Amino acid sequence: MTIPGSDDRYRSRDEDTAQVLLESTREHPAVSAAVIECAEVGKTYRNGTLEVEALQGVSFTIGTGEYVAIMGPSGSGKSTLMHILGCLDVPTSGTYRLAGEDVSAMSEEELAHVRNRRIGFVFQQFNLLATLSAWRNVELPLVYAGVDRATRRDRALAALDRVGLADRVEHRPGELSGGQQQRVAVARALVTDPALILADEPTGNLDSVSAGDVLALMDELHRSGRTIVLITHEPDVAAAAERTIRIKDGQLLGAEMAGSERGRP
Amino acid sequence: MNILETFRTGLEAVVTHRLRSSLTVLGIMIGITAVILTVGLGEGAQQQVSSDISALGSNLLTISPGSTTSSSGIRGGFGSASTLTAGDATALASKTVAPDIGAVAPTTSESETLVAGTTNWTTTVVGTNPSWLTVRGRSMTEGRFIAGHDLTTRADVVVLGSTTAEELFGVRDSIGQPVTVNGVTMTVIGVLNTVGSSGSSGSSTTADQDDQAIVPITTASTQLFGGTSRNTVGDILVQASSSSTLSAANQEATAELDSLHQITTPTDADFTITPETSLLSTATSVDKTLTVLLGGIAGISLLVGGIGVMNIMLVSVTERIREIGLRKALGATPRVIRRQFLVEASVLGLIGGVLGAGLGVLGARILPHFISDPITISLVATVGAIVVAIGIGVVFGVYPAGRAARLAPIDALRSE
Repeated sequence: MTIPGSDDRYRSRDEDTAQVLLESTREHPAVSAAVIECAEVGKTYRNGTLEVEALQGVSFTIGTGEYVAIMGPSGSGKSTLMHILGCLDVPTSGTYRLAGEDVSAMSEEELAHVRNRRIGFVFQQFNLLATLSAWRNVELPLVYAGVDRATRRDRALAALDRVGLADRVEHRPGELSGGQQQRVAVARALVTDPALILADEPTGNLDSVSAGDVLALMDELHRSGRTIVLITHEPDVAAAAERTIRIKDGQLLGAEMAGSERGRP
Repeated sequence: MNILETFRTGLEAVVTHRLRSSLTVLGIMIGITAVILTVGLGEGAQQQVSSDISALGSNLLTISPGSTTSSSGIRGGFGSASTLTAGDATALASKTVAPDIGAVAPTTSESETLVAGTTNWTTTVVGTNPSWLTVRGRSMTEGRFIAGHDLTTRADVVVLGSTTAEELFGVRDSIGQPVTVNGVTMTVIGVLNTVGSSGSSGSSTTADQDDQAIVPITTASTQLFGGTSRNTVGDILVQASSSSTLSAANQEATAELDSLHQITTPTDADFTITPETSLLSTATSVDKTLTVLLGGIAGISLLVGGIGVMNIMLVSVTERIREIGLRKALGATPRVIRRQFLVEASVLGLIGGVLGAGLGVLGARILPHFISDPITISLVATVGAIVVAIGIGVVFGVYPAGRAARLAPIDALRSE
C-alpha cells in the first residue's frame, strides 16, 4: 500500500491545522490544537412526557493527530455522542467545539456545511450508494462542496489509490468485498481532507481479516497525521487506538492512555 | 452544488429505477397524448365545419319558410308547408328592391330515385334556377348548367353531382344519357365539379354536396314533385353582392318579404333568414363545447398521471431514506435534497410530456386514416402540453421532496 504522504493536499491540511491551532491557543491557552472540545455536553430526548437523559455532563478534549477510541456497551450513549461529534445532532446542554468552531447552536444548513468540510464518516453499514461506481461514491462529498468535476475525479482517484483500490475505481459496491467496500468508505471520508475522521463501528460488519485490514488502514492514516475517533464496543478494536474514552449510562468513566503500553513505533 | 449537478443526480435516479420511472412516465404520457389528441380533434372539426360551410357559397343568406320563435322551435306558416313563393324570389332578385343582393336562387328539393338503364340511385333532386351555380360557388366539370331557356321551356334536363353521376353511370360518359325520375325521362346535360366529400362526420350541418341532381325549378314543380303548390319553393338562397353588404342584403330581404307577406311585427314573420356566419358560429360553438368536454376528461387523466408521480416520489423517498441520510451526512443541505427530488419529479414530467407530445403528433398523423376526422395539432398546444407535464411533475413533487428534505440525517442513517 503506497502512502502519498507528501501530497500537496496534506500539506495544505497541515496549514489549516496550524490555523486552528493558533485560534484555539488564543481562546484556550491551556489546550493546544484541539479538534474536539466537549464541555459539559448533555443530551436529553423527549418522548412525550418521558425524558431520557442519553448524555450528561460529558467533557473531554481530543487533540490534532490523536487516535481515540470511544468505547461502551450498547445503550451507553455512545451512539448519541457519536451523532453529536459528527454534527448529525446538536447537544441540549453544554458546548461542543469542532476545530475551534462552536457547533452547539448551529442551524441544520450550517451543520451540513460543517459535516461536509470538517468530518469524514465511516459507517458500520458502509453506506455506499449501490448505483454509483467506487470513484463516484468517493467524490460525493466534493459534489456538495461545489468542487468542479475534473478536480473531483482527480481527488477521488487519489483517495482510492491511498486506500489501495486504484484498480477498482469503476467497480460498483456490489462488485466489491465487504473489506473493499469499507475501504471505499474510508476513501470517501478522506477525500475532503477533514479535520476529523469519525468511524462508527467500522469493523462491525467485517470478517476478522477485513477488519484487520481496515484497522491497519486507520493506523496508517493516524501515522500520517490524521485525527481519528473510533466508536466501538469491542475491546480488541479499541486497543488499536492510542487512547480510549469509556462511556457508560451517558457518563464518562475516565480515559486511559494506551499508546505507550502497546509499544507503538 | 450547482443546478447542473442536481439535474444529473435527478436524471441518474430516474435511469436507475427504470421500470418504476417508465410506469410513472406512462401515466403522464397517456394524459398528455389524450389532451393533445382531443384538443387537436376539436380544432380539426372546427376547421372542417368552417370550410364545409364556406363551401356552401360565399356571402350567403338562406331564407327558409317558417319562423324561429324567440324560445327556439320553428313555427310553420299556416295552411301550407312552405310560405315562400317563386314570386318572393323574383322580387328579391330585383335590383331596385334590393340593390345589395347579387343573385337569388329559389330551391325546392325532394328525395327521388333516379333510374339509368338498370341502375337505381336515390338522391336529393333540387329544382332551381341558373343563379344557383354562382350562389353555391360551384362550377361544371362537364357539359353545361341549366340555363334560362330550360326554365321557360320546362326542359327535361338534369345536372348531376359527381358522386351521383358515378353511381348511375360508373366510368361511362353521362352527358346526353337518359335518366328517369318519377316516370319522367330526362337528359343529363352536365356534371358539377367535385367539392370533396365532406364525409359523414363533422358535417351534420351540410348534406353531401357531390351527391345531388339539379333540375330547372319549373320542371321540378310542374312535372317531378307532385302535390305541393306549384308556386311555392323550399329555401331561397340569396347571395349578397359582397361580404360587406351581407347585412344590408339581409335587411333588404327582410323588408321586402315583410311587405310581400304583409307582416307588421317581426315575431309574426313566416320566414327565417340565416346568414352563413351564424351557421358557422353555431357549428363551431357546438364543437367548442365538445372540445372542452373531451379536453376536461383528458385533463383528468393528466391529473391521475400527476398523482402517480406524487405516489412514486413518496415511495422513492421512503425507499431511499438511507441514501438521503447519507447524502445529508456528507454535506447535502435540506435545500439540495429538496431540489434533487424536485428535479427528479420534473424529469419524469418532462419525459412523459415529450413522449406524450410525440405520441400525440404521431396519432394525429395516423388516426385520421381510420376515423376520417381531421386532427389539427398546433405547435403552441404541443409545447404547452410539455410545459404542463413538467409543471405537474414539480407540483406533485413538492410534497415528497419536502419530506425528503425534512428527514433528520441520524434517523435516516439508522433506518434498516
